[in-house]
Amino acid sequence: MSSFRMRKIVIDPITRLEGHGRIIAILDEKGDCIRAYLQVPELRGFEKFLEGRPAEDAPVITPRICGVCPTAHHMASTKALDDLFHVDPPIAAKKIRELAYNIFMLEDHALHFYVLAGPDFIVGPEAPKEERNIVGVLKKVGALGYKIVSVRRKFRKLNEKIMGKTIHPPFGRPGGISKPLEPEVVKELRESVNEAIEIAITTHKIFKSIVLGDPSIYKLVTSDVYRHETYYMGLVDDKNRLNFYDGKLRIIDPRGREYAKFDVHEYLNYIAEHIEPWTYIKFPYLKPIGWKGFVEGPDSGILCVAPLARLNVSDSMATPMAQQAFEEMYETLGEKPAHYTLAMHWARVVEIIYAAERIKELAEDPDIESREVLNIPTKTPGPTGIGVVEAPRGVLIHHYESDERGILRKANLLVATQFNAARINMSIDKAARALIKGGDVREGLLNMVEMAFRAYDPCHACGTHALPGELKIVVELYNERGELLGKKYLRD
Amino acid sequence: MSEGKIRIAFYWMASCGGCEEAQVDAVSDEPSLINILDIVFWPVAVDFKKEDVEKLPDKSVDVALINGGVRLSEHVEMARLLRRKAKIVIAYGACASWGGVPGLANLYSREEILSRVYSEVPTVYERDRKPMVKYVAEEGVELELPEFLPILLPLNAVIEVDYYIPGCPPTPETTLNALKMLLSGKIPPKGSVIGASQRALCDECPLNATKPEKILVKKISRIYNTRIDPGKCLLAQGIPCLGPSTRGGCTALCPKAAMPCIGCYGPLETHIDYGGKVISFLASIIDSKDEREIARIIEEGLPDPAGLVYKFTLPASRLRLNLMKWGGRSV
Repeated sequence: MSSFRMRKIVIDPITRLEGHGRIIAILDEKGDCIRAYLQVPELRGFEKFLEGRPAEDAPVITPRICGVCPTAHHMASTKALDDLFHVDPPIAAKKIRELAYNIFMLEDHALHFYVLAGPDFIVGPEAPKEERNIVGVLKKVGALGYKIVSVRRKFRKLNEKIMGKTIHPPFGRPGGISKPLEPEVVKELRESVNEAIEIAITTHKIFKSIVLGDPSIYKLVTSDVYRHETYYMGLVDDKNRLNFYDGKLRIIDPRGREYAKFDVHEYLNYIAEHIEPWTYIKFPYLKPIGWKGFVEGPDSGILCVAPLARLNVSDSMATPMAQQAFEEMYETLGEKPAHYTLAMHWARVVEIIYAAERIKELAEDPDIESREVLNIPTKTPGPTGIGVVEAPRGVLIHHYESDERGILRKANLLVATQFNAARINMSIDKAARALIKGGDVREGLLNMVEMAFRAYDPCHACGTHALPGELKIVVELYNERGELLGKKYLRD
Repeated sequence: MSEGKIRIAFYWMASCGGCEEAQVDAVSDEPSLINILDIVFWPVAVDFKKEDVEKLPDKSVDVALINGGVRLSEHVEMARLLRRKAKIVIAYGACASWGGVPGLANLYSREEILSRVYSEVPTVYERDRKPMVKYVAEEGVELELPEFLPILLPLNAVIEVDYYIPGCPPTPETTLNALKMLLSGKIPPKGSVIGASQRALCDECPLNATKPEKILVKKISRIYNTRIDPGKCLLAQGIPCLGPSTRGGCTALCPKAAMPCIGCYGPLETHIDYGGKVISFLASIIDSKDEREIARIIEEGLPDPAGLVYKFTLPASRLRLNLMKWGGRSV
C-alpha cells in the first residue's frame, strides 16, 4: 500500500474506554508508527468546586466524578472524613463498609471480565468482528452469561439495601454509616453469598480453559508488545496481603523489591503529577525519582496501579481460594512482579475470587448485626483529612483541608485511571509502534492496539455491558505539511 | 415510532456514567426493552460515530436521550447535531436538565478551576504547564483538545429540549416509566418532566407520617455531628431535608437510609427557581423572630447555602453567576 503521505491515524472516539478518549498515531514517511498518543478530552474541576462546601458533603459530591465506580469515591471520601473529624467508626460500621465495598468490587470486576475484556479473550482477538462482543461471549459461555447479568443485578440491589442507593450512595458518615443493617437484609445476604462464590469459581475455570487453553492467546498475553517494566503500587494489610478497603500503600520496583511502604498521609513524599499540553489528564509519577518522560525501567518514575499492580505488591492473598489462584498465576507466568499488561485480566479474576470470599466472611460475621454503627465526632475538625481505597482500577486518594468548622478549603484527588495514565500511553505507543509498519493499518492490527488500553479496564463500561460494542477506526491522511487529504473508515 | 420500535440515540456530555449505569439497570430489570429499542447511536455501547449520525436524514431519530451538562465546545456541537436528527430530545438526568453537581463549578471562573487543577494542587511542581486547545507535538503534528467553556450550561441553554427525566441518576423505575409513556403515544406537553411524580418527595417518604403539621425548630443541624433518628421526619429533627421542594419519583431512597433528600429530582412544575424555593421553606421552619438568633441558627446549620440549595440546579438558576463574569457571551 502506498502510504508515503500518511501521517496521522485518529481513533476517535474510542468506545470501550471510560468517558471520552481518542488515540492519535503518527507515522513517518515509510508508514511506520513513530509515536502514539492517548488523549483524554475531559475536565470538570471537582478539585476546585469542593472548596467552600461542608466536608460532610464530600461523600455526596465526589461519587459524581464517576457513576460507574461511585462506591470507590464515596468510600475514599468517607474515610478522609473519619480522618478530618478525628473519629474512629465502630467495628460494625467498618465491617459493613468493607462488605458493601467488596460487593461493589465483585460486580464491577465480573462485568469487565465478561463484557469488556470478554470479547477479546473469550471469543478471541482473531475472531470476526461481528462476534467479538458480548453476544459472542454469551454464545461461547452459554446460560452462564445470563446468570452473571442477573446475579450482578441482584448484588447491586443488595447494595442498595445496605447503602441506600447503588449509584451515588448516601451511606458513609464521618465515624460510621447512616443506618445499621436490617435483619432481613442480613438474612438475604447470607442466603446469597454462595452465588458470589459460585460465580468466582466458574469465572476462574472459564479463564483457565478458554484463555490459557489456547496457546495463541497465551502467547499474546506474554508477548513483549504488551510488557512494561514499571513500578507498582497498591494497598496491603499488616501481612503484606491485598486489601481493597484499608492498609498501607506499598510500592515495589520493576524487580519486585520493596521501594516504599507508607501510610497514605505520607503520599506527598512519594507522588507528584506531571502535565502534558495535549491532554486534560495528569500523569502521576514517583516524586523521588522524578518525571523522566514516557519511559520504563527503574530510573523512570512511572508507576502502575490496578489489579495486576495490587497482586504484584502483595506477598499473598488473605483468603484460601484466592491464594491458590494467585500462586498458580505467578507460577504460570514465570515472573513476579508480572509485567505483562494483559495479565491484568488474570489478576482481575483472582480478585473476583478474593472479593467473593471476603463477602462471605463479612456477611457471616455476627458483628454486622450490631446496631452500633456510628460514633459522633466530638473534636474540632481539620485541618487535614486523607483517605485511600483500592478502586477497581487502582489506588484512589482523597485529600481534604478544612477550617475548624469543617468547611473544605482545599481538595486534591488522585484517581486510579490517572495513576495509570502514563503507562496506558506507553502501552498504546508501544503496541502501535510494534504493530503499525509500512503503512499497514489492517483492522486486526489496530484491534491489537486497542487491547493495550482495554486491559486497564475502561470505566464507562456500563453501556458496553448490555450491548455489543465495537471500535470504529478512522484513518486520516495528511501530507507532509499536515494538511488533511482525506478520511477512510476501516470499520464501517 | 414505527413498527412499535423506537429509533433511539444516547449521548453523554459532562457526566459521570451513572446515567448509563441506571439505563443498564433498567434494561436488566426489563430485558424485553431491548427488542423495542433500535439504537442508532450510543458511544459507550455501540460503534456508531459522529459521522454516522451526520449521515442520518434530519428528524429520522425518534428520541435522543442526552445526559451530562455542556462543559466543552465538543458538547455544544454534538447537542446541535442530535437536535437536528431527532424528533424528540430528552434531557436525561440532573446534569442535562439543570447542570447537576458539576454545575457547582460555576461558582468559580474557568481560570480559577484550571489554575487549581494544573498549578495549585500539592502534587504539581511544574507550575507553567497546562493543557492547550491546539498543540504541535514534537513530531510536527497538531493535537487538538476541545475548549473548556467558561461555564457549565444545562442542555436547554444550547438547544431546545422537549422533555426532562430527572434524577442523579434517574432510577430504573423512573426511566422505565418515561419510556413507557413515550411508547404509549400519550405525549405530554412540551417541556414536561416525565417518568417521575407530579408531587413532592414527602408524599412518597415513609417518614411523612411522622411529619408534624407545622415544623418549627430552634436549631438546624449539620449531619456530621447529629445522630439522626431513622424513624422520624428529618426536617422535624432540624436536618435540612429538601423533600418538600423536590419532585418525587425515587421512592425517597435517601431519607429511607436516614439521610436527607439532597434535591436530585429537582423542582416541581410550579417552582420558578428551585434554590429560592428551598431557602424560603427552610427560613419558614426557624422558630424565632429575633434577627440575631436567626442569623446564628443559619450560620451554624447552613454554612453553604449555595451548595445546599443549588447542588443540582445552579447553572439553570436565576443566579447564572459566571455568565455575568463571562460578560454574558453566549456559546
